[in-house]
Amino acid sequence: MGREEVEDRMRHLAYVGRRLVAMIPVAFGVTLIVFFMIHLVPGDPARTLLGVRATDESVAALHVRFGLDQPLWKQYLDFLGRLVHGDLGQSFFYNVDVSELVVGRLPATIWLLVAATILALAISLPLAVLAATHQGGPVDQVVRAVPLLGLGMPSVWVGIMLVLLLGLKVRAFPVSGFGTTPAQHVSSIVLPGLTVALALTPILIRSLRTSLIGVLDSDYVVTARAKGLSRGRIITAHTLRNAAVSSVTVLGVNIAYLVGSTLVVERVFGLPGLGTLMLDAIFNRDFPVVQGVTLVFAVMVVLINLGTDVVHGALDPRVELA
Amino acid sequence: MTAVVAGPASPTGRAGRVARASSLRLNPTLVAGLSLLGLIVLVALCAPLITHWDPIQQDLTSSLLPPGNGHLLGTDQLGRDVFARLLYGARTDLRVGALAVLFPFVLGGTLGLLAGWFGGWFDLVLMRIVDIVVAFPFFVLVIALVFALGQGTSSIYIAITLVGWVAYARIVRSEVLVAKEQEYAMAARASGLPTRRILLRHLVPNVLLQAFVFSMSDIVLSILAIVTLGYLGLGVPPPTPDWGSMIGEGQAFVFTRWYLAAIPGFAVVITGLSLALIADGFVQRSGRR
Repeated sequence: MGREEVEDRMRHLAYVGRRLVAMIPVAFGVTLIVFFMIHLVPGDPARTLLGVRATDESVAALHVRFGLDQPLWKQYLDFLGRLVHGDLGQSFFYNVDVSELVVGRLPATIWLLVAATILALAISLPLAVLAATHQGGPVDQVVRAVPLLGLGMPSVWVGIMLVLLLGLKVRAFPVSGFGTTPAQHVSSIVLPGLTVALALTPILIRSLRTSLIGVLDSDYVVTARAKGLSRGRIITAHTLRNAAVSSVTVLGVNIAYLVGSTLVVERVFGLPGLGTLMLDAIFNRDFPVVQGVTLVFAVMVVLINLGTDVVHGALDPRVELA
Repeated sequence: MTAVVAGPASPTGRAGRVARASSLRLNPTLVAGLSLLGLIVLVALCAPLITHWDPIQQDLTSSLLPPGNGHLLGTDQLGRDVFARLLYGARTDLRVGALAVLFPFVLGGTLGLLAGWFGGWFDLVLMRIVDIVVAFPFFVLVIALVFALGQGTSSIYIAITLVGWVAYARIVRSEVLVAKEQEYAMAARASGLPTRRILLRHLVPNVLLQAFVFSMSDIVLSILAIVTLGYLGLGVPPPTPDWGSMIGEGQAFVFTRWYLAAIPGFAVVITGLSLALIADGFVQRSGRR
């Protein structure tokens, strides 16, 4: 390994380290919000949790179980202590560890996230390239009109419409459930993935188009053009790497939105993921599960953000120097 | 965290601002958006004049009727007139959607103004809180908060305010950071005006436009949030008509009465389009892309 290569490695590691350190206060704050959520409502949290029909005995039992009689800071420290050991508490409704439920439901959500990301890029990238290279033309006008209509579409509705339009005609895509084998997973993730992707597409197209136009106007593209390189060659050789950088950044910025959409879309398609777990828990008044899944969702966003930062740094070394 | 609020770039300077403030020209996009929104609001307000059906009156003997027979869009599973529910639903969703933007606007705008002007530890703490709130997916935190606060319309307002203020705080703060270095702000400070007067009379009018433009597209998100909560059964409590619960109830009949779920969704899309056009028109008018 040459000296420069070693320096590159070191710089990359230092960058990842800085990102990790920057994550700590956010992660800490996330646990604070999740813990104090139930104390937003004035009064006895045990009564809030159990609802109006709770008996005095069940309220007292919950006080003992959650240590609600202890001072708040002590409760919070206990909560943190349990978190460190991966303990998210016990479900009221299922009477098992919340962490166990989360692990069981995680695969469907991750499948959905990956499918949605791939589909969103597959739809947005070609359209954005087309619009950016034909700036001001009719194609560009049409592509720019897409976000105006698309932003106002509720994902739940888009999902139902896809079932209506595609689910009946294309029998290969089940309209509900997740199946048991990987092949079934793939076919049952297509429609929900497409629904989530369509929610993201308007934002993605808009930002990608803007950043691609910036790239096409930059000095090195002008130079390449002056050298006599063909249009197609300029786009493939010079702008695609930049398009990749833009995609990663735009996805990173919108990751929270993407993850939030999966929650709703899982419900539409009956996917057994984290979103369905959370919504079921809400109707069962199963607070530990709601709390645990909220935390897991936030941790997911923080980790994916870290991931996109690292990938961004690797694709564009200028980022790591900043 | 690298999350950034998507929005137009920082302002171009004082000349641009003055030109922007004085121009009252309307462009076609803005006119189209305003007329469409005006039409929707008018239809919502005149609902009792347009249909004589009561949106919450049930009639189980005539449930799921097809369109026609006096019911323009048929009836739902409880025999309620779908067209009436669509019109009265506009009232619910527009009102809740607009109010659910107003509160975050005021809260986030005020905090962002103070953070940008005074800086220091207040700014530091506020921006860390912003980082933490944006770590949560919007729907996850809103749904969790609605659960913790107990279902109801006021819970929706509180939940959306607690999550939505961050965007306004960021936008206004960054606008203030730019504005306070400009001549008029420096002149106001140098002339010894009281801080309150500088902020309210000189800074607020200059930094508000950006937040206002954002709020137009934010109403779309806010209406989507309310529709989604309604779909999930966590929204405006029944029997109040709302587009989200109509979509949710219609899903069960999607293969026999497709329009039950489809039509309220179209209403949301058209409303969203009108607001997006208005936002776009304002951006065009202010000469920033």
